[in-house]
Amino acid sequence: MAVKDYLRQRFFPHMWCPGCGHGTILNSLLRAIEELGLEKNKIVMTSGIGCSSRISGYVDFHSLHTMHGRALACATGVKLSRPHLNVIVPMGDGDALAIGGNHFIHAARRNIDITAIVMNNRIYGMTGGQFSPLSGTNIKATTAPYKTIDQEFDVVQLAIAAGATFVARSTAFHAKESTDVLKKAIQHKGFSVVEILSQCPTHYGRKNKEGDAVSMLELHKTNTAKLGSKALEKNPGLTARGIFVDLEKPEYCAEYDKIIAFAMKEKVS
Amino acid sequence: MKNKIRFVQGNEACVEGAMYAGIDFFAGYPITPSTEIMEHLASRLPESGGRFIQMEDEISSMCAVIGASLTGRKSMTATSGPGFSLKQEAIGYACMAEIPCVIANVQRGGPSTGNPTHVSQGDVNQARWGTHGDHSIIALTASNHQDVFQITVDAFNMAETYRTPVILLLDEAVGHMREKLIIPEAGELDVVSRLRTSLGRDVDYHPYLPREDGRLPMSDFGGEHKFNVTGLFHDMWGFPSNNPKVIRGLLRHLTDKIENNIQSITRYKEHYLDDAEYIMVSYGSSARSAIHLAKERRARGEKMGVLELQSIWPFPAGLVREKCADAQAVLVVEMNMGQVFAQVKAAVKKPSRVFLGNRIDGKLITPTDIKTYFRVLQGRGV
Repeated sequence: MAVKDYLRQRFFPHMWCPGCGHGTILNSLLRAIEELGLEKNKIVMTSGIGCSSRISGYVDFHSLHTMHGRALACATGVKLSRPHLNVIVPMGDGDALAIGGNHFIHAARRNIDITAIVMNNRIYGMTGGQFSPLSGTNIKATTAPYKTIDQEFDVVQLAIAAGATFVARSTAFHAKESTDVLKKAIQHKGFSVVEILSQCPTHYGRKNKEGDAVSMLELHKTNTAKLGSKALEKNPGLTARGIFVDLEKPEYCAEYDKIIAFAMKEKVS
Repeated sequence: MKNKIRFVQGNEACVEGAMYAGIDFFAGYPITPSTEIMEHLASRLPESGGRFIQMEDEISSMCAVIGASLTGRKSMTATSGPGFSLKQEAIGYACMAEIPCVIANVQRGGPSTGNPTHVSQGDVNQARWGTHGDHSIIALTASNHQDVFQITVDAFNMAETYRTPVILLLDEAVGHMREKLIIPEAGELDVVSRLRTSLGRDVDYHPYLPREDGRLPMSDFGGEHKFNVTGLFHDMWGFPSNNPKVIRGLLRHLTDKIENNIQSITRYKEHYLDDAEYIMVSYGSSARSAIHLAKERRARGEKMGVLELQSIWPFPAGLVREKCADAQAVLVVEMNMGQVFAQVKAAVKKPSRVFLGNRIDGKLITPTDIKTYFRVLQGRGV
């Protein structure tokens, strides 16, 4: 199936700004789904509110566009109800880790089989360029006219600490790499987190003098290095890309099935 | 038959009603005085293949219920005041996206943390207007365990019939009190199943296109039809729309589907109401004291009766107007500062004859408390 067969084309052109990284990430995701040969009506895409969350409206799956920060909480209800469905949750940085931070760590702790994608452009784009918990210090934003003093989360470290059993990072520049990582994340039995660095030339780039989309994409290349690479060894200040954790641990829905089996047997006997 | 008689708490009666109605998903967060609902369902649900999850907070519990309902499960959560406040965001989402679900609020004193282990009926208006924006809502209540059972079944039935969240507005006294409950045989009470679309795979399914009777057939997530669900104003396919016609149409639909069916939704009981000159309008545990007093007074030949409301929203104004038409005085007996009182005053022909008989100190209103109110309004001194 071609990638366009996974899209609800009547909603195109999409609402993302020219140069936004989110379209590239959507492309990487659809290619991963295509390569895995997943059936469209076996996928539920659940999202919250923000630029990234609009993905769910563009894809021809069961789509649940929920409330700001609540995508993983709603997705938990879907997954526990119908464990055979593939539940994929694209989120923005503010959506996933500010207002949705509690749901994020608890979904990770439960190790419920959901694929969480954090499309990190380090800014609230839809509301016009406020800093997010992933912006970090010394960043200009409409709510940080004198630059940010807030420290950022490291999504990868946070997800690992919270108990996610698959954790990876890539960028919008590394579209093919993203596809490979997303494939593994979707196949992984347990809670998987993929952080994909995205670019927001409209709000982040302009204010922070990072230039246009092309030069911002260039930064994804120059500021990151693969895990285990010489470049990363030489320059540990670079952001690492790759798969950080890939563990097997009891998955929540499978464990609950055991409870059902036990409770039903108890009742009969 | 022997097994069908229980001596239980009101919260357990609610659980039994939910099981009878076919609940197969519950998500919740511990909170007094509703926790027993959650505890009992944690053990009961998996016995019948249903699913239970304790979530990280009240917000996520309501969200998980929404997700589960969309996959075709009969879903419920339970909470009390502070948790009910937190759930309002997602209750609004369920109103907008027309997702059947039941929210039990076993009321305690408020505002804020308030009075966790004591009774109150202070969330009546929150049940109606807790979430932002114009919408309509169904809120049901009951004063004894048999009625809690029945009204819980009704709550699930109405959620499915009207594709809407239904609030079960119980209170601490009813929730924690123990009394007899007779569980009806299967088939004795009506249980409404979800109305699912009969359209096949290649037919264009409109999840938000009401049938002629106003009902909207659903399709489960994971089924043949892939559609969008959103909290934005949306068209009949579920896709976001800014079209003024669509916005107006949806808002009207969300209100009309409930308000226009007030006759079928309204639940109430009459106690000694024929020819009553003094009428108490009450609900929940307050109604128990009102009924007790009316019985006592009738024995003495006084024409006193009780109109017990079991559905509070949409408010049955027509019913209240009709039943109270000939009353010399109407005393609204409740445990708040006059939330239903205001509705009754607005409903009747002679609002100057409506009085509030309340108690707001965390103690159950007693027949003696109500007697004092009557002494004053009958001009017999305090």
